[in-house]
Amino acid sequence: MFSYIVRRLAVAIPTILILVIISFALMFAAPGGPFNSERPLPPQVLANISAKYGLDQPYWRQITTYIWNIVAHFDFGPSFKYKDRSVADIIKSGFPVTLTYGFWSFVIAVIVGVALGVVAAIRQNTWIDYFAVGTSVAAQALPNFVMAPMLVLLFTLWLGWLPGGGWNGGQWQYLVMPVIALSTSYMASIARIMRSSMLEVMNAGFIRTARAKGLPMNRIIWKHALKPAMLPVLSYLGPAFVGMITGSVVVDVYFSTGGIGLYFVNSAFNRDYSVMMGITILVGVLTILFNLVVDILYAWIDPKIRY
Amino acid sequence: MIIKTTMTATATAILLAMSSMAMADSHVMAGDVLAPADMQTFVSRELDEFPSIDPSLIQDVAGNDVARQLFEGLMNQDADGNLVPGVATGYDVSDDKMTYTFHLRPEAKWSNGEPVKASDFVFAWKRAANPETASEYSWYISLMSIANADAVIAGEKPLDDLGVAAPDDATFVVTLSQPLPYFPQMVVNAVTFPLPEATVTSLGDAWTQPGNMVSNGAYKLTERVQQEKLVMERNDQYWDNANTIINKVTYLIINDENQGLTRYLAGEVDKTEIPTGQYPRLHEEYPTQAQSFPLLCSYYYAINMSDTGPEAFKDVRVRQALSLAVDRDIIVDNVLQGGQKPAYTFTHWATAGFETPDVPAASMTQDERNAKAVELMTEAGYGPDNPLTVDLLYNTSDAHKSIAVAISQMWKQTLGITTNLANEEWQTFLDDRGNQRYQIARAGWCGDYNEASTFTDLMTSTSGYNDSKYSNPEVDAAAADAKTSDNPQADYTKIEQIIAVDTPIIPIYHYASVKMLNDHIRNWPVNNVQQNYYVKDLYKVE
Repeated sequence: MFSYIVRRLAVAIPTILILVIISFALMFAAPGGPFNSERPLPPQVLANISAKYGLDQPYWRQITTYIWNIVAHFDFGPSFKYKDRSVADIIKSGFPVTLTYGFWSFVIAVIVGVALGVVAAIRQNTWIDYFAVGTSVAAQALPNFVMAPMLVLLFTLWLGWLPGGGWNGGQWQYLVMPVIALSTSYMASIARIMRSSMLEVMNAGFIRTARAKGLPMNRIIWKHALKPAMLPVLSYLGPAFVGMITGSVVVDVYFSTGGIGLYFVNSAFNRDYSVMMGITILVGVLTILFNLVVDILYAWIDPKIRY
Repeated sequence: MIIKTTMTATATAILLAMSSMAMADSHVMAGDVLAPADMQTFVSRELDEFPSIDPSLIQDVAGNDVARQLFEGLMNQDADGNLVPGVATGYDVSDDKMTYTFHLRPEAKWSNGEPVKASDFVFAWKRAANPETASEYSWYISLMSIANADAVIAGEKPLDDLGVAAPDDATFVVTLSQPLPYFPQMVVNAVTFPLPEATVTSLGDAWTQPGNMVSNGAYKLTERVQQEKLVMERNDQYWDNANTIINKVTYLIINDENQGLTRYLAGEVDKTEIPTGQYPRLHEEYPTQAQSFPLLCSYYYAINMSDTGPEAFKDVRVRQALSLAVDRDIIVDNVLQGGQKPAYTFTHWATAGFETPDVPAASMTQDERNAKAVELMTEAGYGPDNPLTVDLLYNTSDAHKSIAVAISQMWKQTLGITTNLANEEWQTFLDDRGNQRYQIARAGWCGDYNEASTFTDLMTSTSGYNDSKYSNPEVDAAAADAKTSDNPQADYTKIEQIIAVDTPIIPIYHYASVKMLNDHIRNWPVNNVQQNYYVKDLYKVE
C-alpha cells in the first residue's frame, strides 16, 4: 500500500506539469490580454506594464520563470487585475470560504443523499421511493442559478430570516443559503447512484443468504449491504468533494461569499493569467489528491481490491 | 418600563440629531430633520471587486468613487458638477494659460495628523507617471498635457522633468505643454489625488491595506474583505470633519444586478443600479426611489471604414442610410426604458458648456428619415435586386443583444438589409474591434472629464480609440483649435456636423444612470453628469 501511494504521488508531478503547460498554452492562445481595455493603452504605457509583469519575455521564458518561482519560492506571482494582491493573497482569503461552505455542502449532500437513496431502494415502488426519486430529479433539474435567487427572495425579502448575502467570517446565517444552493444537485446525484447500487446489492446472493439465515433487516442493511453499495457512490464523491470545496461561481456571484469559485471564472474573462494558473494548479492538486484518497478508501471497503 | 426606555432613546436620538444638525448646518437644507447618528450610514452596491484602491492605479469609475471618499484632491465637484475648493482653496492661471498655481489650505491633514503638503501632490503625480509604477492610467497624466509627460512615461526623461513643482508647502504649480481650457476639470480624478509619501515608500504595495492606509479625505479605510465588502469610517483629522454627517460608508460587492435589487428591497443597501428594462415597473412602484440621471456616456455603432471593411461602407450614402434607418425612439422608449435620450450627435447632450448642434436627422420624423435612407441606398445601387448583407458585432450581453436585434430588424424592414449578428466575449471583442476585424461594432464611450473634447477627440485620425479608422483633416484641425480657442463650442459644432454627414459612427443613445436610491438620502448630485458623489456632502433624514 505504501509503495502504491508513493508511486501515485510520483505520477502526480508530471501530471501537474502537463496541466501547467497546457493551461499556459490555452491562455496565450486566447485573444486579448490582461491589459486590453475599451481604451487601448498608449504603446509606451503598455511597454511599461508588460515589463513589470514579465509579459515582454518569450513564452518559454515566462513559463520556466513561473514554474521556478513556484518550486523554489512557492510564489504564484501577483494578480494582473487586482493590483494590490498576489495570487497567494487571493487564494488565502478565498479558499477558506469555499472550503467552509463546500465542506458543509458535502456533509449535507452525503447524509441526505445516501439516506434518500437507501430508503428509496428498500421501499422500492412505494410512495417513499417515488417521493425520493421525484425529489432528486427535481433537485437535479433545478439549476442552482435559478435556485439561488429564489432562496434569496424567500428567506431575505419575504421572510426576512436571513441576510441576502455576504460572508461575515462564515457565521451560520450566511452559510445556510450557499449550502442549500450548492448541495442540492450533488445530493440528488448521490441519492440516485445510491438507490440503484443499493437495489443491485439487495438482489445479490449474499444478501439472500443473510435473509435466509433469518437476520433482521436492519442488520442486513447496516452490516452487509451498505458498505458494498457505497462503492459507486465513493467514486463519485472524490471529484464531487473537490468540486464543492473549490467553490461555485454561482454561489459566489449570488451570495457575495468571496470564495475562489468566482475568481476561477472571472480570471479567465479578465485574462488574469497568474490567478487563473494559481487556481488551476490548486484544483488540479486537490483532484489528484482526492482521487488517491478514494482509491485508498476502495481498498478499505472492498477487500477484493489490493494494490 | 419598556415604553419609557424607548422614549428616552428616541429623545436622545432627537437631541443627537439636533446637535449634529446644528454642527453640520452648512449643507443640510432648511426643514430637513436628520436621522439619528447610528442611521447615518451609506451602503452602496458595487458590481465587482475593486481592481485597486491605490489612486495612482485606479482606472475605473467604481475605484474613483471609493478614492473620492478616502482622499481629497485639489478641487471637488458640487452637486451640479461645478468645481469647488478641495485641498486647494483656489488657483491662478498664467497669462499664457500654461501654468496653474494651486493654493493649498493649511488646515488640510492626513489621517495620521500630518499636514497635507504640496510635495504630496508632486509625489503622487510623479508616481503615476513613473514607468516603474506601470500605471494603466498614466495616459491620463499625458492627457492633462503636463509638460514632458509623454517623455517621462516613456522613460526618456527623468521623473524630475515632469511639469509639477512645490515651491512651498502651500503652493502646487503645474506647467502644461499646451494651453488646456478644461485642465481644472481634470483634477477631480483619483490619479491626481495626493499620496502620503512616507507610507507609500515604506510599505510598498501593502500601503492600501486597512490599518496601513493613510488618507486625507473625509473617511478612512477600516475593513476590506475581497469580493465581499469595503468599509470606511469618518476621518476625524479631516479639515471639514465638523460638517460631515454620514458616519460610515460600506461598499458591498454584489456581482448580480438582480441580486443587488433584491437586497436593496430588503433594506441592505442604499443604492443599486436598476437592471435594464425594469425602470418603468420600479418607478411606478417606488416613485421616490427609482431614479434616472443623465450620465456622461454615449452608445454608438462604429462602422469599419478601413480597408478590411466592406466595399459598401466606403460609400458615404450607405453609411448615412444605415444611420437614418435606426429608430432611436424605439431603442430608448421600448428597449431601454430608463430615461436615456436618443442620440443623433456623439457628444452627450448634458456635457458642461456644450450645446448640441443642429443636425438634419434630429429634426426629421422617422418616416422622413426612412424615406431618405431608402433614397440614399437606391442611389448607391442597393435594393431588392442587389441586397446588402452586413455583419454586426457586439460584446456578449443581453442589453446589447436586444438593441442589436431591434436595429437589425429596422435595417431589414426599411432597407432590406440582412444583418448577421455575432457576439464575442469582451477580450476577444476588444481585440477584433481594435484590429478592425469587424464591419459594424457596438461601442460606448464615457467622458473622462466634463467637457465636449472628451468625446470629439475620438473622431480625430490620431485617436487610439477611433476604431472606424475615420480620417478627416477638417475634424483634426477643428479638434486642435478647440484646445486653445476661447470659444471651443464653434469647433465642437463643426466636428459634430461633419461627422453627422460623414457618418463614421451611428450615435444611438446618450446614457442615463438608472438606479434605486434610498429616499432618506439627501443632496445626491442629481445634476452631476459624471455622477461623482462625495459622501461627506450627503445626509439621511428621518
